[in-house]
Amino acid sequence: MGKIRTPYLLLLPGFGFLFTFFILPIINLAQTSTQTPVGGGDTGQYEQTLRFSNYIDAFVENKEQFGRSFVYALIATILALAIAYPLAYAIAFKGGKLKNFMLVLVVAPFFTSFLLRTVAWKQILGEEGFVVPTLRNLGIISDSTTLTSTSFAVVMGMTYNFLPFMTLPLYASIDRIDPRTLEASGDLYANGFTTFRKVTLPLSMPGVVAGTLLTFIPAAGDYVNAAILGSPNTKMIGNVIESRYFKIVDYPTAAALSFTLMAVILILVTVYVRKAGTEELV
Amino acid sequence: MSHKMKDATIPHIPTGARISRWIGRNLIRIYAVFAFTYLFIPVAYTFAFSFNDSGKSNLIWKGFTLNNWQNPCGAPEVCTALANSIKIGFLATLFSTILGTMIAFAIGRYSFKGRSTSNLMIFLPMATPEIVLGASLLSLFLVFKINPGFWPTVIAHVVFCISFVVVTVKARIASLDPRLEQAAMDLYANERETFRRVTLPLVAPGIAGAALLAFSLSFDDFIITNFNSGTLTTFPKFVYTSAARGIPAQANVIGSAMFFLALAIVITGQIVGRKRKVSA
Repeated sequence: MGKIRTPYLLLLPGFGFLFTFFILPIINLAQTSTQTPVGGGDTGQYEQTLRFSNYIDAFVENKEQFGRSFVYALIATILALAIAYPLAYAIAFKGGKLKNFMLVLVVAPFFTSFLLRTVAWKQILGEEGFVVPTLRNLGIISDSTTLTSTSFAVVMGMTYNFLPFMTLPLYASIDRIDPRTLEASGDLYANGFTTFRKVTLPLSMPGVVAGTLLTFIPAAGDYVNAAILGSPNTKMIGNVIESRYFKIVDYPTAAALSFTLMAVILILVTVYVRKAGTEELV
Repeated sequence: MSHKMKDATIPHIPTGARISRWIGRNLIRIYAVFAFTYLFIPVAYTFAFSFNDSGKSNLIWKGFTLNNWQNPCGAPEVCTALANSIKIGFLATLFSTILGTMIAFAIGRYSFKGRSTSNLMIFLPMATPEIVLGASLLSLFLVFKINPGFWPTVIAHVVFCISFVVVTVKARIASLDPRLEQAAMDLYANERETFRRVTLPLVAPGIAGAALLAFSLSFDDFIITNFNSGTLTTFPKFVYTSAARGIPAQANVIGSAMFFLALAIVITGQIVGRKRKVSA
């Protein structure tokens, strides 16, 4: 009798907390998203009028920032995957005794506040940093070209900041690969590239899926990189939601935008996980 | 010696070819060095500029000084912000570790009706962008006329830390050898004794790791904090708001000190863990 109840008793406090402070807020957000300003009321006063066209207005007004968020997040995810995969491979297969130490090194930059590191990039890539003058002297970029306040800087900052989220799950699944399967592939006359394509990559797919999700989701909702490294021309949907909340006090639009962002991400994630899953089976 | 002999027996391979062959063989290692350099450039920059005799704006190198390290609270508000971050981080870690560990035991140890729904409930907060978590909580607090501030921030941090605790502890529970518990039962330990003297000590490293993860997630969080903290300053918030007018070098001191402290904790933990394994 006690046995049957035990798991539920263990779940109760945690799920009670999550229900109150995660599910209820999301429901409340949905309610807020269809409200309209109270006629003659103060700024920040809204009433429920079930105005679903809030969504259409919010989307049409900010479709550029929406598109930018997903394009930036996609590029940053691909770049992070390209940088992290060989690194995770090196740690898993060539790390030897240093494996654990190298894993600590991957996480270590986290401990310096990520905002400090983003500001550091801004100064390194800025006019007073050493990168821009060097590139100008070498004639690689013109005197009028800047690196900060560009979409390049924003995407680079996101790639950098989310790199450990990509590297760790990749490492976890590459480390599980039995090296003998790679040897077997070589014995069957596969060259290095074929072995990678037909053996290593398929076996590491769970890590690729987890890593890309852990990078893409926070990147799409991020606004810190765009705020520090970007310009008004690189605004993402996160920047819009933030300013709707704090500067304009337009809660319904902010709520509609948040809800759309979450829905789009959930749909993309579901489609992606399904696809990656079936590919794995083929 | 033997290397030289080998080289001498194959004199027809020119040096250039040998170098390129060495590079080919160690390409992945060379790559790893470059990747780690990339990861550490801003950390090194932050550390270097913690010694800058900068005055108010820490943008250009003006000369070496130890003043910032001797007086880390010299800049206004920097230490208040740090203290707030540590307090919030401690409380959020405590609550999320307790709640998350209980959930992890329920999901990891029992099969019950609603188990897959429970897994979904843990996955959802991780799949929700921070800005949506932060904004939705703020709108709930506003409805109940609760002013954003210290406790709303703690609550918000617990929400996003729980899932990470559950995932970490669950992985540890899944890796346990069930024979150890069976052995304890065979030696006439009852359920409670088995849990207290066998299961819990074995899961403890996972719980410690989860707590460390929760603390660093909470300590470093900006987006959710920004929505729910009102006028309260945390360390990341301090950095963000002062980024426009230049960050005082004391912030670099604190960032660097946190880096070395956390590195020391993690490395000590690994050494202790290895020694235990050897002695066991």
